[in-house]
Parts: sequence; C-alpha cells; structure tokens
Amino acid sequence: MASATHKDRTLIAAIGDEDTITGLLLAGIGDIDIHQRPNFLVVDSKTTQEQIEERFTEYTARKDIAIILINQHVAEDIRGILDEYSAAFPTVLEIPSKDHPYDPSKDSVLKRVKLLFGD
Amino acid sequence: MAAVRDNVFPTRMNLTTTKTRLKGAQTGHSLLKRKSEALTTRFRAIVRKIEDAKLKMGKVMQNASFSLAEVAYITGDISYQVRESAKHATFKVSAKQENVSGVLIPAFEPSLQTASQFELTGLGRGGQQIQKARAVYIKAVETLVELASLQTAFVILDEVIKLTNRRVNAIEYVIIPRIENTISYINSELDEQDREEFYRLKKIQGKKKDRAAAAQKLLDESAKQSINDGNLHAGIGAGDESSQTEVRDILAEQADDDIIF
Repeated sequence: MASATHKDRTLIAAIGDEDTITGLLLAGIGDIDIHQRPNFLVVDSKTTQEQIEERFTEYTARKDIAIILINQHVAEDIRGILDEYSAAFPTVLEIPSKDHPYDPSKDSVLKRVKLLFGD
Repeated sequence: MAAVRDNVFPTRMNLTTTKTRLKGAQTGHSLLKRKSEALTTRFRAIVRKIEDAKLKMGKVMQNASFSLAEVAYITGDISYQVRESAKHATFKVSAKQENVSGVLIPAFEPSLQTASQFELTGLGRGGQQIQKARAVYIKAVETLVELASLQTAFVILDEVIKLTNRRVNAIEYVIIPRIENTISYINSELDEQDREEFYRLKKIQGKKKDRAAAAQKLLDESAKQSINDGNLHAGIGAGDESSQTEVRDILAEQADDDIIF
C-alpha cells in the first residue's frame, strides 16, 4: 500500500522568505502543476498567517509532495499546526534563513528527540 | 475467580491447546522484544545522524545564502526572474525503501534532470556567478533531502517502536498472565474432578462392601434358618425317600408282573 504512494511523491515544496525561495528555485525544485498551483510560497511582510497556514495544509494534503521545506522563522508563525502535524509523508523540514540563524531548540523534530531521550 | 482467564471448558484437550498458546505467546514476546531492540538501536543511530545533519545544514545554508548574495551583488535582483521561469521541477526526489527488521523505511534520493531552466537567467551579466550559486544550492538541497529522509525514518521508527513496545507489554502483562490463569484454572478443575472421581470410586466400593456384607448376613441368616428348618423336616424327608424307594421297588415288581402277564 505504501510503496505506490511513495513513488508518486517526487516534489519538494518550499515556504520561506524571498532569498531562500530564490535559491531553492535556482536549484530547480520549482514546479507549477496542471492546475497552475506552484509548490513554493514566498513569505514577506504582507503575507498573513492564514495564508501560510492554508498553503501548508494544502502541501501536506497534496499527493505529489515528498518534502516540505519551511523557514524556521515562518515555522514559528504556524508552530501550532506544525507541532500537531506528525505524519511521515510529506516530511516537514525546518531550514534556517539568511536573516534568522538556526535554533535547534525550536525544531519540532529535535524537540521530540529531546523529549524521548530526556536531556 | 478474581483473575482474568479465558472462558474455556476445563478438559485435557483444552489444557493442551492452552499450553501451546502459552508457548506461542512466549515465542512471540521474545521475538517482538528482539525486534524492538533492533529498531531502538537503529533509532538511536538515526537520531545521532539527525543532530549532525541539522548542524551541517546550518553551515550549508549559510554558504548558499552567501553565494546568492554574491549573485545579487553582481547581477542585481534575479528573484522575480527566477520565480517566473519556474515551470517544471528539474530537481526531484525518488523514494527508495529500506527494510529494517520488517519495517519499511523510505529513503529519498535526489534525482537531478540536467536540462537547466535558468540558462537564460543573467545572460546579460553575472551568468557565471548564477551558475555557481545554482550549484551551491543544488548541494544544499541534496543535504536537505538527506536530512528529510533521516527525519522520515525517525518519525516512522518512532511510531513503529511505540507500537512494538505496546505489543510487547500487552503480551507480557495481559496475554501471558491470562493464559497462565487459564492453565491453572483448568489444572485445578481437573484435580477437583480427579478427587471427585476418587471419592466416588471409594464410595461405590464402600457401598458394594456394605451391600455384600448385608447379603452375606442375609445368606448366613437364611442358612442358619435353613439348618433349623432342615432339622425339623429331616424326619419327614427321610421317610419320603424310603417310601419312594419302596414305591419304586413296588413298581419294579409290578413291571415284572406285567412282563409275566
């Protein structure tokens, strides 16, 4: 049952600031599907939290996305949804951005690691 | 009985089947425990790798951002151009499965299509710098993909370990005690039946003995009586016999007469 769904997941989605998205697109992850839906979202000062949440939920529901990359400062905005999200697919990965250095203690996965090993 | 047990009829056959089930449960328990241990070992290794990879990711992304800043310095802002020209992903991942003691763990592998969609980007100036930034970012995304597959493995293993431990505990603390209770119940019930059977046999034997004694007594009494009676009737019997022999003699004589006749 699982193998068929894994094989279809080939895309990497990204939610982040302009520079991060530009870089990731330069690497070639950008994709616009037949419904004209992009697999990336640029978050700037005008993007509302609802928009991010909506897009994140859309990406988690899509069947062709394997990995969701999200800037950590963006992830902070939707921490509630992120902590609740525990499915294996798609994998949510928090990445550092240019302006915000990476803080391992905020990562939802590393938090679980800490919780499991109790230190 | 306060302890929980299976609702079975206490027979020897059920005892045998229940003992087989106990053996099966114990085997399953040890197997599951070993599986859980194997998974935990793997899990710890993955956790260590994740921590390393996360730190590495920080550095890689820093490098990538820096190279993009170089591009911005030479070429100007290309983000709009890049965003608009994104149509189809050239950097994709393919899932590959790995088997860790019966658990399928997907591992992502980057698959890069060579056709570059940004060949025209920065054709005017800074093209080389853009290509360099692109290469750096591809490296960065490869690192991210690696980290993502580790993280997926982490999530899946976490779930499977929890499930396995739950099963191990269920067998250890629920199923095995229940089967053991069932076995002791059947045993006690069978012992009880044995004692009852023994008691019954004893009782029957006693009854038989009583009855035999009574019959013997009756026989003795009747024998005693018959001896007394025999003393009373002895004279008459003897007389009868002698008269009969006399009669027979008479008859014989008569027959002789007949023949003579």
